[in-house]
Amino acid sequence: MTPSLSAILSSRKNVVGLLLLAVFLGTLPLWLNTPYALSTLILIAIYAIVTMGLCLLMGYAGQVSLGQAAFFGLGAYGSAILSTRMGWSPWLALVASAAITGGIAYLIGLPIFRLQGHYLALGTLAFGLIVRVVLNEGKTITGGPTGLPGIPRLTLAGVALKSDLAYYYLAWGVALLALIMALNIVNSRFGRALRAIREGQEAAESLGVEVARYKLRILVTSAIYASVAGSLYAHYMIFVSPNAFDFDTSVRLVLMAAVGGLASVWGAPLGAAVILLLSLVLREVMPLLTGSSSGEQQLVAYGVLLVLIMIFMPDGLTGAASRAWRRAQPLAVLRRRLRRA
Amino acid sequence: MLSYAFKDYVQFLLSGASTGCIYVLIALGLITIYNVSGVINLAQGEFVMLGAMLAVVFYRQLHFPLWLAFLGAVLAIMLLGALVQRVTVYPARRAAEVTLIIITIGTAIALRGIALLLWGTTSYSLPEFSPGPPLQLGGAVLARQRLWIIGTAGIVLLLLYLFFEFTLLGKAVRACAINRQMAELLGINTQGMALLSYAIGGGLGAIAGVVIAPLALVSYDMGLSLGLKGFVVAIMGGMVNAPAAVVGGLILGIVESFSAGLVSSGFKEAIAFVVLFVVLVGRTVPWENLFRRRP
Repeated sequence: MTPSLSAILSSRKNVVGLLLLAVFLGTLPLWLNTPYALSTLILIAIYAIVTMGLCLLMGYAGQVSLGQAAFFGLGAYGSAILSTRMGWSPWLALVASAAITGGIAYLIGLPIFRLQGHYLALGTLAFGLIVRVVLNEGKTITGGPTGLPGIPRLTLAGVALKSDLAYYYLAWGVALLALIMALNIVNSRFGRALRAIREGQEAAESLGVEVARYKLRILVTSAIYASVAGSLYAHYMIFVSPNAFDFDTSVRLVLMAAVGGLASVWGAPLGAAVILLLSLVLREVMPLLTGSSSGEQQLVAYGVLLVLIMIFMPDGLTGAASRAWRRAQPLAVLRRRLRRA
Repeated sequence: MLSYAFKDYVQFLLSGASTGCIYVLIALGLITIYNVSGVINLAQGEFVMLGAMLAVVFYRQLHFPLWLAFLGAVLAIMLLGALVQRVTVYPARRAAEVTLIIITIGTAIALRGIALLLWGTTSYSLPEFSPGPPLQLGGAVLARQRLWIIGTAGIVLLLLYLFFEFTLLGKAVRACAINRQMAELLGINTQGMALLSYAIGGGLGAIAGVVIAPLALVSYDMGLSLGLKGFVVAIMGGMVNAPAAVVGGLILGIVESFSAGLVSSGFKEAIAFVVLFVVLVGRTVPWENLFRRRP
């Protein structure tokens, strides 16, 4: 997992993709500069970081986490508590929260990965609910259900990032860095071992892959991704409350990963963008259909969407796109025709 | 500091045991579905919620007698269970396990959302099956419905046992659980059995939902927590061991009841999940080796 760039840089497709994405995101605020658009884009960056971790865990190691919002929440609350109540600098709070969250993920994974089967889904689900209860009940530290206000913005070189435009560049900068690191993991020995585990645990094990250890490492990695995103969230919203980190958020994160495509970390920003924009649209459309203004009715749409995608497009948008691309290649078409002839 | 008398402990024990019976019913549904069709059904809690909701609708809006509302709700959820299997799980039966788990989550959310659209966020209730003042048992006070819960769970367990042990259909279902490919070679319709397992699972969930309805508030979001506790219990039995799940369910119900009474009710919801972690850690310990004498 040593972050050597050689692995990614050896793949020209990834370099071109990263450059295109960076140029696109860098120039986006030039023509899309309304406060609403900027705050949406910042949130997309934050959710994209969590989703990348989830893609690594679900797509590459084949393990489901239904409590990713809890890791996200631990990062956010860690930053919030350390920077308001303890007076730490926000960056230090971010790093400390990520370390703590990673440690907790390690403690959760340690027993679970020694068992065969899909206990991680249930273990993380239960963990998410415990975190929720603790956030609600530990009023003296977390502020309880009403939340914790007054979190400072992040600073860069001594300047507080007060404007959304500055925060936009920071959030997407971190997201791109996270993407590069995820691509690096995927193309390393570690990533290949994970894929071997997904394809067949027994086969991987017999080839000398230490299954439990690798699963644990990727769970910790995904928790750190979620925690860093949570810290970015807390320092952007300057307010946290338990509702932002409930079970529905965990489900929305799984949905983002599934829509983008579990088999590719490139799908994460795409999935995050699609689901966040979809939820904005649903918030406008669903009340027209149902005559009530409660946002919770998005639930039905989320659920149906998740089932349909998993049945008809199990490898998500990126998977469907790469298949369509391959089919459209003239050479492949020719080869297919030859085979038929 | 409150002080507790012996009768309070009896009360915690009995009310905990009856709640535990609910968890057992939900867990048995999960175990049946998992063993026959290989799917971890995360929508199980929604079957519980919909069973309770439909009983309320049958009783309050259609003015069915209570027993008919109970029966109608259970049959309807059995059909719904079969429908859910056919529409969501069957098309993806060859997919990876991760995919199937995500499908059942999606199903759960969709069912919960549909309940929200139909009935809103209002809480409903059913009357107790035999109304009357609570029973006095050696100084402990116990709602009559709690006896109905324990009795119903006992009867359901007996019927399940008879079905799986002594009917040809029950044996066919068990054959699928033991070895699906071999069952198929012997001419058993394994996809039909998977459908049946979902119907049984749905029915068990609905029974749990209806018998708890007089004591709990019936609302669209009651399923998540109940379904999860069913999971904790099912995992206590390793997802395969029904008798262990029965014992585990009773233990969980009683532990919860004591801790809510003695410690704090705010953290009551978290206790089941703490128990889950204890169980998960406990399952990694090679118990059978600890007591084996060295050769």
